[in-house]
Amino acid sequence: MAECDPALVLPKPSHPHDSARLHVSGAARYADDVAEPADLLHLAFGQSAQACGRIVAMDLSDVWAADGVVAVFTAADIPGENNVGPVVHDDRLLADGEVISHGQPLFLVAATSQRAARKAARLGKVTYDIAEPILTIARARAAASLIEPTQRMARGDAEAALVQAPHRLSGGFAMGGQDHFYLEGQVALATPGEDGQIHLLSSTQHPSEVQHLVAGLLNLSSADVTVEVRRMGGAFGGKETQAALFAAAAALVAAKTGRPAKFRCDRDDDMVLTGKRHPFQIRYDAGYDDAGNLLALALHLASDCGASVDLSPAINDRAMFHADNCYFIPDITIVSERLKTNTVSATAFRGFGGPQGMLAIERVMDHVAMALGRDPLDVRMANLYGPGRDVTPYDMQVTDHIAPALIARLRATSRYDTRAAAIDAFNAGSPILKKGIALTPVKFGISFTTTHLNQAGALVHVYADGSIQVNHGGTEMGQGLYVKVAQVVADVFAVPLASIRNTATRTDKVPNTSATAASSGADLNGMAAYEAAIAIRERLTAFLARTYGCAPEQVLFTSDGVLVAGETIPFAHVARKAHIGRISLSSTGYYATPGIEYDRAAHKGRPFYYFAYGAAVSEVAIDTLTGEHKVLAVDILHDVGRSLNPAIDCGQIEGGFVQGQGWLTTEELVWDDAGRLLTHSPATYKIPTASDRPRRLRIDLWDGENAEPTINRSKAVGEPPFMLAISVFSALNRAIAATKPDKRAMPPLDAPATPEKILNAIAGHRL
Amino acid sequence: MRFLLDDAVIELAEVDPTATVLDYLRYQLRRTGTKEGCGEGDCGACTVLVGELDCASISWRAVNACILFLPMLDGKVLMTVESLAPIGELNPLQACMAANGSSQCGFCTPGFVMALHGRAIGASGCDLPVADGIAGNLCRCTGYGPILDAAACVTTVPQDDSALIPALRDIAPQTMTSGEYQGRTWFAPREPAMLAQLLAEHPDARIVAGATDVGLWVTKGLRTLDTLIFIGDIPELRAVEETPAGINLGAAVTYARAHKALGRLHPDLYELTRRFAGLQVRNAATIGGNIANGSPIGDGPPALIALGATLTLRGPEGRRTMPLEDYFLEYGKQDRRAGEFVESVFVPRPKPDSVIHIAKLSRRFDSDISAVCGAFALDVRGGTIVTARVAFGGMAATPRRATACEAALAGKPFSAETIEGAARALRQDFTPLDDVRGSAAYRLEAAANLLRRLCAREQGQAISVLELQADG
Repeated sequence: MAECDPALVLPKPSHPHDSARLHVSGAARYADDVAEPADLLHLAFGQSAQACGRIVAMDLSDVWAADGVVAVFTAADIPGENNVGPVVHDDRLLADGEVISHGQPLFLVAATSQRAARKAARLGKVTYDIAEPILTIARARAAASLIEPTQRMARGDAEAALVQAPHRLSGGFAMGGQDHFYLEGQVALATPGEDGQIHLLSSTQHPSEVQHLVAGLLNLSSADVTVEVRRMGGAFGGKETQAALFAAAAALVAAKTGRPAKFRCDRDDDMVLTGKRHPFQIRYDAGYDDAGNLLALALHLASDCGASVDLSPAINDRAMFHADNCYFIPDITIVSERLKTNTVSATAFRGFGGPQGMLAIERVMDHVAMALGRDPLDVRMANLYGPGRDVTPYDMQVTDHIAPALIARLRATSRYDTRAAAIDAFNAGSPILKKGIALTPVKFGISFTTTHLNQAGALVHVYADGSIQVNHGGTEMGQGLYVKVAQVVADVFAVPLASIRNTATRTDKVPNTSATAASSGADLNGMAAYEAAIAIRERLTAFLARTYGCAPEQVLFTSDGVLVAGETIPFAHVARKAHIGRISLSSTGYYATPGIEYDRAAHKGRPFYYFAYGAAVSEVAIDTLTGEHKVLAVDILHDVGRSLNPAIDCGQIEGGFVQGQGWLTTEELVWDDAGRLLTHSPATYKIPTASDRPRRLRIDLWDGENAEPTINRSKAVGEPPFMLAISVFSALNRAIAATKPDKRAMPPLDAPATPEKILNAIAGHRL
Repeated sequence: MRFLLDDAVIELAEVDPTATVLDYLRYQLRRTGTKEGCGEGDCGACTVLVGELDCASISWRAVNACILFLPMLDGKVLMTVESLAPIGELNPLQACMAANGSSQCGFCTPGFVMALHGRAIGASGCDLPVADGIAGNLCRCTGYGPILDAAACVTTVPQDDSALIPALRDIAPQTMTSGEYQGRTWFAPREPAMLAQLLAEHPDARIVAGATDVGLWVTKGLRTLDTLIFIGDIPELRAVEETPAGINLGAAVTYARAHKALGRLHPDLYELTRRFAGLQVRNAATIGGNIANGSPIGDGPPALIALGATLTLRGPEGRRTMPLEDYFLEYGKQDRRAGEFVESVFVPRPKPDSVIHIAKLSRRFDSDISAVCGAFALDVRGGTIVTARVAFGGMAATPRRATACEAALAGKPFSAETIEGAARALRQDFTPLDDVRGSAAYRLEAAANLLRRLCAREQGQAISVLELQADG
């Protein structure tokens, strides 16, 4: 197991994204930009018009007869297992008689153009034996429709502690899902090779899973299938499992026709076909004292997992893991119900359940504060983990205690108290517009909670001219993983970053990889690449020591070149010498996160290697006549350990925050009574625009290092900042409460806080 | 048809009239820098610049290539992200964006580059605040900060049009262009009389101005349109005439071109137009198209109706002019006879003592479609409301006046009590629907509150969260 070489914990400068120059010139190639082969087939799904039922008959004669159609496939044409599901094999590529959600793929059209395929796909005549769909959490609960047994995480005796607590309150609210809205839609290009092999260009966060699923689908071995991804045009979790549907379809057509096949999904179809963030409904029963200390909590999390299992067990587990956030709650029970409905299966999305669990406990904090008539920040600070009150509901000890100091610093630097007083004064004199402010913290557990996923491989080649290729199992979706890993390797050899060439992630270079997910990309792949590079450097060191007759300690890799017994040799010369000296200049590297284990049956253990922290102060204004709002100012202080690249990390923080703001404000998913998604395009589904970005947004990095020996002592950054946006929701809540400031009650606000929901919450609060 | 791509003339003998410029660039020319994000003009990933001769110079505008039909480029010049610098090089704006973290996944980036490049070379809308100029560009990764910073950093990029101007003169169509493609025909007349004649000959032809609506029929509805008449290049239909009495807008005047003139009628009309889609759509979408398509949620009609606009149609029998509200008969049905086309709209200048409020309510401020769009024009003299015109979008199957509300206002003192009465009267005027943009209850309540907001503004209160600043 690799420990990070303390000598290599170097300050990492803010190199731009490795593809930045290609991005801005339009020269960065995405899957659909690769030149199309002449005999390419284009694909589209025929989709279910019903949310629930059985297919009685499917007349595809008009589809076959349509212009440009070359072939039409149904479930019966699949040679192997009809499955694109990751864990439980319950996701069909094409429906096999049963329909479980509206828009589900029923048949697959291959045609000479994308338009021809899409047009033909609408011509199927399908007869259904329609069943009543389950479309809401309430209906699913009533029908006991679950994807797995209800899970319970508990410590102490919450029921008894609730009874004994000086004060008690209860409440509940709902939060919506979220579409990923990656700008590059789902896309895959399959090319048949010799002897049944398949090559796939897939916009996926999980090439290995696509490889394995395609192999299973086509009765091939994993060795027959190669999946490649250079970059994705955004993913956010939406291409962790969901990319497999499109890759499998392309692979099926390539295998059946012997022609290359591309599935480039239309945006509206993409939004209907692919899973989203889980909507949750929350109920809580909390016991507390006069000082706002939370003594007991019974928390009920019910989520809409949609029509199949997908990653819902782990996502809902993560919601439970984050339902404490930064707070010690002596007696606590968290019950998590995972409901099965007839909507498209919910899936991974940045935060992976964490945001839902965290929003739940932050609402409880707000509620306690409202009930006591106290500043919510004081209540939050009273409940933080600290020495002696440092064990989570799942029995992991919190040892770093970063949150109290981080929150205190942000409280001061953002002038929270002064501004809160100014806002009270403003509200007193402003009948129509009201302001609110809130500080909410984030503690996010880093590691896949499925322990075996915490491993990674890398492959580093040093060429005889001194140039270096780096490959690893992580995928680039914009997060800057490639440049971070390249920086790690460059530092090992003390060569300029320009010497490093990142190559596309491919299953034939690094096998059996985990998804690039759980914010773990740089932690895992950075360390694996470090191991690979170090192995080569050690060989070079030994070779030079031998050649020059000096001790290995006298060989130093410096930015001026390699220092050997007082002589400085350019790295390229070292590489050439080593090649002639018959030294292997290529190495794999491997890393597995140490020290983590988890007993899922008991929901106890140490699922996380460490925690990443952050906090944000948001100031908002609402219009009490229309429900419109504006985020006026945001101050963020975030913990990325010793940053691998501060500019990239700040980009993740800002982007994550604004995406979280969208989840909680403008992004509303609406289904009709028949289970049809009505918000299936950017015309109706509204992610933030440039002017929604807070007018003033300040981001500072916490100046600590990771207590654990991660790569460069850095911390993961992909997901945690998303939850900083909970401060926006909390501030909106406070602005709504200001419409009746003396009422010690919680405004009935659901997420997302659309104008309509804000207006309803104002009406509810004024009752 | 002929157009310039950079400095090269491209001449196409056979053109599918509804082929999009985006598909042509990506799959014919293999210029893949321009991306498809949504295929409906809502994300800006396909932003390109189109230039056309405007007297002795070229006027540039950013548009969405995904819903721009190829024949609409006839006689124009097209600039894509590949045009900005030789391979391997970057222009100053690109260099700044590459250095400052303006891209993460990079997929939306070429669209932002083109939108900002347009600003930097003085294209349509270049004087808008940056965030308004890129409201039609979605980025899911960055949170926009670095992009806004880059725009502030590089505000101008040299653009030498001197060689393009004669080249454009050379290819300028002198008369109507037309074409046929697999039995489908298209025409691009250059004068209204020719348009009238074409419509007489082809009464079922689809009139296309900016294609920001019809484009979606093709890319999303997958419809095949047999006969198209492109009217975007008829100079008379693109005229904006401002007089003391008001402004006359040709049907093919884009919202971008009308923006300032409308704003001079009333600041609320400027704000409404600012929030009308994104700049790329406003650079294509027309005053006439927004009316002619009869949408119940078009943002132009409620405001124009409240201001007393009149609509002029031209057809085989000549011209007829009607109050704008009379054009909208019922959902999907307008008072346009066979062979007629919308020629112009006249919007009278409000009287100095008019009390006007125009408000659009949507989930997102920018580039969204109204749940409710309300417009109020009250003629107040000596504290009395002499006349009242109130119109709403999103409240009924068509944009419509609120007659009961108007009656509750007219002749009454301009007071909170009168406003409350008028707010109650709205319930007689409208029975809105629950839909994806809002519930009926929200629509009714918010519509009534817009009246209260008007009243509050007259009392000097701040009424919009957009006016506020943070306390820190």
